Amino acid sequence: MGSFIRNFFIALRQIFIGDRSYYLWVAFLSFFILLGFSAYLDQLNRGLITTAMRDQVSWGLFISNFTFLVGVAAAAVLLVVPAYLYNFKPIKEIVLFGELLAITAILMCILFILVDMGQPLRVWHILPFIGAMHFPASLLAWDVVVLNGYLAINSIIAFYVLYRLSIGKEYSMTVIGPLIILSIPWAVSIHTVTAFLYNGLSSRPYWNASILAPRFLASAFCSGPAIMLVLFQIIRKRSAVEIDNKAIFKIAELIAYAMAVNLFLLGAEAFKEFYSGGVDSYSIQYLYFGLHGKTSLVPWMWAASLFNVTAFFLFLFPKTRENFTTLNIGCVLIIIGVYIEKGMGLIVPGFVPDTLGEIYEYSPTTSEIVITMGIWAVGALIYTLLLKFAVPIYTGKLRFETKER
Amino acid sequence: MRKIVKKKDGIHLDRRTFLKGAALGLAGTALPLNKADASFWESFFQKHFREMNDAEIKQVLSRLEREYEEKYKKTIKVGSEKAIPGVLFGYGLDLSRCIGCRKCVYACVEENNQSKDPQIHWISVLRFKKGEKWVDLEESEKYYNPELVPEQDYFYMPVQCQQCENPPCVRACPTQATWKDPDGIVVIDYNWCIGCRYCMAACPYGARHFNWTEPGRKPEEINPQMHYLGNRPRVKGVVEKCTFCVQRTRNGRYPACVEACPVGARKFGNLLDPNSEIRYAIEHKRVFRLKEDLNTYPKFYYFFAYGV
Repeated sequence: MGSFIRNFFIALRQIFIGDRSYYLWVAFLSFFILLGFSAYLDQLNRGLITTAMRDQVSWGLFISNFTFLVGVAAAAVLLVVPAYLYNFKPIKEIVLFGELLAITAILMCILFILVDMGQPLRVWHILPFIGAMHFPASLLAWDVVVLNGYLAINSIIAFYVLYRLSIGKEYSMTVIGPLIILSIPWAVSIHTVTAFLYNGLSSRPYWNASILAPRFLASAFCSGPAIMLVLFQIIRKRSAVEIDNKAIFKIAELIAYAMAVNLFLLGAEAFKEFYSGGVDSYSIQYLYFGLHGKTSLVPWMWAASLFNVTAFFLFLFPKTRENFTTLNIGCVLIIIGVYIEKGMGLIVPGFVPDTLGEIYEYSPTTSEIVITMGIWAVGALIYTLLLKFAVPIYTGKLRFETKER
Repeated sequence: MRKIVKKKDGIHLDRRTFLKGAALGLAGTALPLNKADASFWESFFQKHFREMNDAEIKQVLSRLEREYEEKYKKTIKVGSEKAIPGVLFGYGLDLSRCIGCRKCVYACVEENNQSKDPQIHWISVLRFKKGEKWVDLEESEKYYNPELVPEQDYFYMPVQCQQCENPPCVRACPTQATWKDPDGIVVIDYNWCIGCRYCMAACPYGARHFNWTEPGRKPEEINPQMHYLGNRPRVKGVVEKCTFCVQRTRNGRYPACVEACPVGARKFGNLLDPNSEIRYAIEHKRVFRLKEDLNTYPKFYYFFAYGV
């Protein structure tokens, strides 16, 4: 027990070890967190009327961010698969950082759901046993199960590995091996279930297309790894962690394939909608060309398409993929492109035109944007603090006390 | 019952401040609780409506009556009448009669204690231009505002909750806060709804409405004859919808919209009773239901009584 408490303080101390830029970074994030929190208090007080959501478009920026982040969390699998199944050494060593990102992304997802709820204090109603979870009928209940399960699996793996490393021991694959294998289909499931959440609604023709779940997975395999590539470069620069260029280029190559699939699926959807031209194609018309002069999403969608296509070519050719300037440009383009496409570009057209044919143009309010930035800042802070423990343990600088020593 | 902590000389917090405190994660710590907050905790720990026994329901109803009487300064009755056995409610709407006057819309608001600021309407009347496409409702106009109705070149179609036999909203709800009662009415436990709005995404008829802020309505405009699952006042952050005026129809009365219609376009009755008005309409007119392709099986029938 004594060593446990001592170790806790050793771990806690890590938070305060840092140079000026670290403290500035934390202060920067804290500023946005506080700003977001105060906007949220106002929302709690006045209700969701502080957002631009209304009965016609009843989900907006929060659920968009939720959807995007489920994809980011699922993409950790892209690192796990080659690392453990094919024993690709350069990636295997950095899987840990991908899993920490998955944990962070899921926590952010939960926050985005909470701020979107009209009665957040009643959140326990959704739990099994103490609440009245509507399982298996409601897809939202499924989402609660798979997301929390995914959070648990990744937390156990990451913290077990870190714990073993921290007491100076190698981790045992017999302990986490089955969990790692389980995490692969589970990662696919969190994104599939989230896609089915929208997909299963016959009231919304734009979502009610079987291509939705495959498109979800394809775009997740673009955005998640793109975020990781940027993070790896930062980690590599800011710490003693060595990340092989080979790992980075391999991931970039995988992104190119994922993007090819993503663009193909988008094309398949666009063909069906525009060529057959039934009444169900109003939503996609609204997205790319506008409807009855309402065009607020049009420039965003074309920008997203342009970004995704450009990034695809940057990642396709080894020459641009292995040049860090073009690689990073590609990453940023993909992150923005998928964020638009999978966020507002997916959620809003499900509601436009609404079920009675009305077109309500949704555009988030300042309050929504500030709360969203606040949650992103929370996510960045969580990841920073997780790295504060993980990096020194990983590099061998931080070791806990054990009885033997 | 749960023990409620009461402190006589505690600091008096209003509910708003209290909610803020709760949000800060301070709930359950040494926050002093006054009487109003005791009722807050009672409603916080309230069980799902269908899991309560009759005694527990009675207790909840009297608590709500107390709360409402304090708030609106008048005698309030909150009922919980159960579905009558052998009754399955159905609704008919004669499109050839409807003149688009929206009297039903406002009668509904009066009856069901909706928010007037901001406005919440459970009935939307859609206007279509004669001879134009109307199957997908895309050409409909909800905000028409002429001097006089009916207008020469238009016809009208009121839409409200269709009380589907296979309701997609009920399936969607992650907390079972909404369900279909044996008389076919889809109801909501406003004390159990978490405000996720998944049901609104699932509803093909735009019948579900959300309280984006605290409902605004003057105390003198409150209808004191209430039903727990029907027209009792809602709070911000929950979903509400048409219940065929459950507080009326389970006591043998017509829904308010049926009574208000000046041209007799609205029919209502028991689908299981061969002599009911609604059965007459179904058997003698050519009825159709909205968006039948979705297999929601609405119990809301549209028809044309005369003309072609």
